[in-house]
Amino acid sequence: MSQTTAHHHAPPRGFLRTHVFSVDHKVIGKQYLDLALVAVCTGMVLSWLMRFHLAWPETPIPGLDRVSPNGAAGGVITPEYYLALMTMHGTIMVFFVLTTAPFAGFGNYFLPIQVGAEDMAFPRINMASFWVTLLAFLVLVSGFVVGDGPPLSGWTAYAPLSAVGKDAGPGQGVGQTLWAVSITLFCVAQLLGALNFITTTLDLRTKGMSLARMPYATWAWFITSVIGLIAFAVLMPACILLILDRVAGTSFFIPGGLVISDRLQPHSGGSPLLWQHLFWFFGHPEVYIAILPGFGIISQILPVFARKPLLGPRVLIACLIAIAFLSYTVWGHHMFLSGMSPFSATLFSVPTLVITIPATIVTLLWIGTIYGAKLRFTTPALFCLGFVSVFVSGGISGFFLAQPSIDTYLHGTYFVVGHFHFVMGVAAMFGIFAGTYFWAPKMFGRLMNETLGKWHFWLTFIGVYCVFMPMHFLGLAGNVRRYSAFTDDYLKPMIPLHQFITIAALFTGAAQLIFLVNLVRTRLRGPKAPDNPWEATTLEWSTTSPPPFDNFGGRPPVVHRGPNEYGATAGGSDYVMQASPQSAGPA
Amino acid sequence: MPGIATPPAQTVPPPVAPPTATLRTTTDPSPLEPAQTGVWLAIGTICMSFAALTSAMVVRQGAAQDWRHFPLPHLLYVNTAVLLASSGTLEWSRRRITVARLAGLSGVYLTLALGLLFVTGQVIAWRQLAAQGLFLATAPSSAFFYVFTALHGLHVLGGLAALLYVLRRLRRIGGPAPGVALRAAALYWHFMGALWLYLLVILATRV
Repeated sequence: MSQTTAHHHAPPRGFLRTHVFSVDHKVIGKQYLDLALVAVCTGMVLSWLMRFHLAWPETPIPGLDRVSPNGAAGGVITPEYYLALMTMHGTIMVFFVLTTAPFAGFGNYFLPIQVGAEDMAFPRINMASFWVTLLAFLVLVSGFVVGDGPPLSGWTAYAPLSAVGKDAGPGQGVGQTLWAVSITLFCVAQLLGALNFITTTLDLRTKGMSLARMPYATWAWFITSVIGLIAFAVLMPACILLILDRVAGTSFFIPGGLVISDRLQPHSGGSPLLWQHLFWFFGHPEVYIAILPGFGIISQILPVFARKPLLGPRVLIACLIAIAFLSYTVWGHHMFLSGMSPFSATLFSVPTLVITIPATIVTLLWIGTIYGAKLRFTTPALFCLGFVSVFVSGGISGFFLAQPSIDTYLHGTYFVVGHFHFVMGVAAMFGIFAGTYFWAPKMFGRLMNETLGKWHFWLTFIGVYCVFMPMHFLGLAGNVRRYSAFTDDYLKPMIPLHQFITIAALFTGAAQLIFLVNLVRTRLRGPKAPDNPWEATTLEWSTTSPPPFDNFGGRPPVVHRGPNEYGATAGGSDYVMQASPQSAGPA
Repeated sequence: MPGIATPPAQTVPPPVAPPTATLRTTTDPSPLEPAQTGVWLAIGTICMSFAALTSAMVVRQGAAQDWRHFPLPHLLYVNTAVLLASSGTLEWSRRRITVARLAGLSGVYLTLALGLLFVTGQVIAWRQLAAQGLFLATAPSSAFFYVFTALHGLHVLGGLAALLYVLRRLRRIGGPAPGVALRAAALYWHFMGALWLYLLVILATRV
């Protein structure tokens, strides 16, 4: 049986094998989460620098000239350095936070436990996947100290700017090459990770764990893995072609006759649009790679605190699958302004509008689940509600952007910045926070402080609305994005609103210190957590907190029911765990 | 109410079982082998990568007038025969080797040798092209030729590494289920042959 062949390794000995080069999926999951924590702090500091400069463009930022003497001479950010900060912020956040934490981090830790396995199907490949991700991160951030700084072509690295080399500006030499190498490595790591997730889900489920009984978070990680296995398989060769254009003199993406910095580029015939197609064929599914684990986490956590079964669990799974499929048909909506024919634009617009249907159904399922429920307002529950709120707020602006005629006006404005930060950034972050507060007792064996948690939630919730909601109005007013300073007459009246956003961003960022303090304090000396503090049903709550090396102490669980057994039962308790042989169901 | 027929007396339906009762109850662990599943998934993702590159080639060929056709080195056809033969020797070996019997081990060694010969042959084909002045950056067609053959070659080297691993496992009969690893490695190796046939067809017709 596959169960017996899956777990080849014995419990490790020694500090290095246990905590550093570990093949244990739980350690690897925590390593991913710690990496994401470092990455999110880095990305947030970069956003503060950008926001400060947008609000007070002539005020020096103390110490910044020491970090980048050329990019911020005298502490004032140059337009090029602003773009470099923007590129690094986007790349770090999308790849090393929004992909790494909810998918690789939580997925690594909890997918095997939730299906009742001892470990991932390929533990060594799993370990390699993390270390390659870490290497990719180090290669990316080395751009700050190597050459003339980080690249400035955005997280989308549009060609030919990203392909021509150092003539295109500071950071477009070594920095852009490091970017491309980093993303190639990241693709390799994620492909290995996705392969592991899918195999573990298909082959290592314990007795009784049919697909229909899988927890919703596991379903989401599984579907996300399938998306990732296809998406990263396209981005990787695209990055290889980009590297070859940069270092080997090929012309995949660089057209002929291109003059940059008064120099005729030695290339001919390449297609910049080809890069956009390859990138967005990955890039749009990547949005769902970031958000679907959040869908799963919320779908799993909400019923726990609503003390009600999730409404329409099979509809949820069907919607997740529909979203995964449709995510591959909409990439062109990122390219409405790239000279696309109106006919093609309509072809991409229709599935973009259609994909909102399953997303809306999922949202209605969540609202239906909490309708009439006696909610337990714990911190994870609050972050779940916050997730629904910001996802709806950000999602609604997507309806507008899906239409090419409206997108033509809004695409280059702050409307898009507000939209994607809400629906992809903040929503996914709320999913990460909900997961952290919910699973911390299991991961660390200690309870997080609820008072600090609630302060963290309310300050963050109010803060993100102050930061991103005004951006929609700025966009409608024609405020262009990617500008480092608003010096045009028509933009000057908008600077006070930008100053408000900046203050809100600094305030919201500072509120994250509450989370950091809570997290560090919990890991060091929080109160001991019981095995099942939330009275939840899934398998991770059937084992100790934290779980033993082989997850279930040598006794693989047998699953008797689905994860959705909340509500009054004959036995007096209002839930039945998946591994419980007790026959009572919800009344 | 007047004018409305009295509805017939209804019988109380029997209580409906909760929806969870419809779920499959006899669910043993999956009989699939993780190694086999992993290789199938790897095949899927490799197919996707080469599909992306193929579409890139089609787009690039239509993007400008600088596409330059050139005849493929004849050595590629010999290499094809070598790779297909290596698939045959591995299959011959796979059918003979059991956990208790290592009669077909020579077939794995032969596969390794043929695999190395294929990679060497590809490198020689590169050198022949280079001798004609066709390098990576010479033309978009030559660029795609080198990209396709290099990426395929790297995947073949990965397959050779997998075969070495299988050999190590086979020689240590005490190890767990060497047959599983052999089956998975053989599946990957056959896919390498199939992928090369596909690449040869598109290179022969487009480059």
